[in-house]
Amino acid sequence: MRFDPHFADMRFGFGLSPSVAPPVDAAALLDGLHAPDEIAQRFPVEPYQLFQARMVESQRLMKQIRKTRGTPENEIPTKARRLVQKDARQAMRQWLVQSMLRRAYTPDGFRERLVAFWADHFAARGKAGVMRRATSPYIEDAIRPFVAGRFSDLLQSAVMHPLMLHYLDQDRSVGPNSKRGKVSNGRRGLNENLAREVLELHTLGVGSAYTQDDVRQLAELFTGMSSKAPRGFKFRKDFVEPGSETVLGITYDDALKPAPIRAALEDLSVHPDTARHLARKLAVHFVSDQPPRDLVDHMTARYRETDGDMTSVYAALLEHPAAWQREGANMKTPAEFVGSALRALAPNPGPLQALKERQVQNLFFTPMAVMGQAWQRFDGPDGWPEEDDAWVTPAGVVGRVQWAMGAPRQMLETLPDPRAFVDTALGPYAADEVRFAAGAAESVPEAIGIVLMSPAFQRR
Amino acid sequence: MELTRRSLLALGCSAAASPLITPVALAAAPWDTRLVVIILRGGMDGLDVVQPYGDPDFSALRRTLSQGPSDGAIDLDGFFAMHQALADLAPMWRRGDLAFAHAVSTPYRDKRSHFDGQDMLEAGTEHVGGGVRDGWLNRLLQVVPGAAAETAYAIGLDSLPVLAGPAPVSNWSPQADLTISPQAMSLLELVSERDPALHAALAEAQMLDEDTGMQGASLQKQMNTIRQGAAGHIKIADFAAKRLRGAARIAAFSLNGWDTHRGQARGLSTALGRLSQTLLTLEAGLGPQVWGKTAVVAMTEFGRTARENGTRGTDHGTGGAMVMAGGAVRGGKVYGTWPGLAEADLFQRRDVMPTRDVRAFAGWIMRAATGLDASVLEGTVFPGMDLGTDPGLMP
Repeated sequence: MRFDPHFADMRFGFGLSPSVAPPVDAAALLDGLHAPDEIAQRFPVEPYQLFQARMVESQRLMKQIRKTRGTPENEIPTKARRLVQKDARQAMRQWLVQSMLRRAYTPDGFRERLVAFWADHFAARGKAGVMRRATSPYIEDAIRPFVAGRFSDLLQSAVMHPLMLHYLDQDRSVGPNSKRGKVSNGRRGLNENLAREVLELHTLGVGSAYTQDDVRQLAELFTGMSSKAPRGFKFRKDFVEPGSETVLGITYDDALKPAPIRAALEDLSVHPDTARHLARKLAVHFVSDQPPRDLVDHMTARYRETDGDMTSVYAALLEHPAAWQREGANMKTPAEFVGSALRALAPNPGPLQALKERQVQNLFFTPMAVMGQAWQRFDGPDGWPEEDDAWVTPAGVVGRVQWAMGAPRQMLETLPDPRAFVDTALGPYAADEVRFAAGAAESVPEAIGIVLMSPAFQRR
Repeated sequence: MELTRRSLLALGCSAAASPLITPVALAAAPWDTRLVVIILRGGMDGLDVVQPYGDPDFSALRRTLSQGPSDGAIDLDGFFAMHQALADLAPMWRRGDLAFAHAVSTPYRDKRSHFDGQDMLEAGTEHVGGGVRDGWLNRLLQVVPGAAAETAYAIGLDSLPVLAGPAPVSNWSPQADLTISPQAMSLLELVSERDPALHAALAEAQMLDEDTGMQGASLQKQMNTIRQGAAGHIKIADFAAKRLRGAARIAAFSLNGWDTHRGQARGLSTALGRLSQTLLTLEAGLGPQVWGKTAVVAMTEFGRTARENGTRGTDHGTGGAMVMAGGAVRGGKVYGTWPGLAEADLFQRRDVMPTRDVRAFAGWIMRAATGLDASVLEGTVFPGMDLGTDPGLMP
């Protein structure tokens, strides 16, 4: 029960690759988080900063559509806006492929796993128009650069991001006694959605010591946070509920600027309940649905000692013997399964990047939906479930089998010899029956599928 | 054991004969009434679905949302009107196959979180986390004699904690389909044998796949079918009806999209449209005879704020409404005790005051369907619930 390079790659990365060596020790895993993010440059995803140009264009065309309504000229902006939306949709397909290629070829699998983990912790998606395609750009700007720093910075970056403000209705929340609230005659009001989720999901965790009153106070404190493309975050003084607010016993003064909001998020980030909530969630994700209490305590203590320095918390995870225990290992989520399959198969990036929208749909989107995890279409701000039960369902497993047997031959010109693929994909963890089945299958695609469906590949 | 092709084939055969994989001869169903439980995820606004337009305080609370028949809602009894997106269900109401209960809730109070609210709704007790890990429908199966895996189906791609637990149940999504060679199937069984959970899921899938009737369809064709599957709820209702015509007695699935913080008029219409199509598909798929002994219960984790919010929506609240349908339900009636909507009558001056436990209605339906004793319902299925007096839901 200590560091093992192959197992480290499976548990803390996206598994074994025929072209990228596994990490040599725990320090290498952690150092990777602070190395230049080369894989992101090699497989770029549009940052939100640029994505906003699409929103501006869509809004501009919407204005023209309104202006020309009922006239023959109306058709021109209507068509143009449809194109903008289609373009964003196609771009989103490409970002899915890029995200999977990062998983396939990165030397720092731990970083990709952490990006996915925190993107799920701060799950956010757009609800209309081109905004529905904004999740990858949001992750690129608001999550990815912050996964190895202080949790406070990550929290502020995610919670104050335009997409989160939109997703949880913060940009519509108006203090009833604010300038705007007063002239709106009661038509605009407070919305508690973001405040509630920050306490319940992002920081303290459900069942901890906050009350409905804390939610309300935090919602009042949050008033003013809004956004406007292409500049991004915008603080609207006319939305701010006047007066100071008290959240969990700490009073924040009215400042008509975001500083008190940042202060409150900082305080929430170092709260003991936040430490335990995040330590446990990380342990559940990386180790087991039922993580040993000792491991969670160890990580919680490190979190509190370092005021939420995430690299230190990850170090605490990696140095604990329980992190290397294989019993009770978790099922990969569908997106992890697909990513790790690409890593083991190592398809040429070029042809995948050139796939047409419909092909990406058939190769990735639809199969992942059948597996139970439609890409970036989580039901709520709590993201995807961690429990194995959510994934090991008959329908979900069928989705995996279909993909494992059908997709590899669409991505590779020639499939590898299944007997060799057993070693590529499973390394020292190949069981006898898998080795046997890989040689006994009727066809190569079915043999590859069987290796990908073996328990040692499905769990991590 | 040294594995050879011969020993494998032998293995494959014995696996195929195992009860997990071979469809079991239809066991005598433990009871005759069909129960369909629909979890409406997101918190349905009971006040907008069943609008108390006869309440003098109603119109002041709703600025832009529907205020009853004057806005197109369908009058039910001179006091309540149902949302106009349910218009297709008007004949069902007139026939007495559709009912509502108002001002109901789980015991969940104060925090108004979807995730907690749904946990409590599906666990069926307020002691979630206190050792209770199974759902109330599963506990029902644990106490009814003669229940087998095919008695109850959890349908769809969402997980359904309400049916999860030690009693065996079947899970399926009509959107999945298994089309691989028999030999690949036995090899898959072989490699997954040391992983019981994976192995069981695979075995169950194989069994279910035999009745979904899509065998032989190419992967491409299936994918296309799924792509067109915006109408997933219709497929789910269809599949449920098919199972319930046979040995199944319980079907559970969820419908999402009720969390209407803003632009509720539009969002709620979409969600109600799906609910309406689901009920009509069930009715058609079951046929008059089986529909006649069917009770559908649609319930949500909480209601929403009585007052419309600043974004033409409503926020998480407490008391809400439940929807019941089927020939076994005494319909054409809005059940429950109406608390009124004056400021002082609201829960914490913001939400509809719950006047009865939503579990009591489900409990009385289960009692009539299965003949279970009230003490079992109050002690085991819904620990800590007071069943109260019989609302007379089932004849």
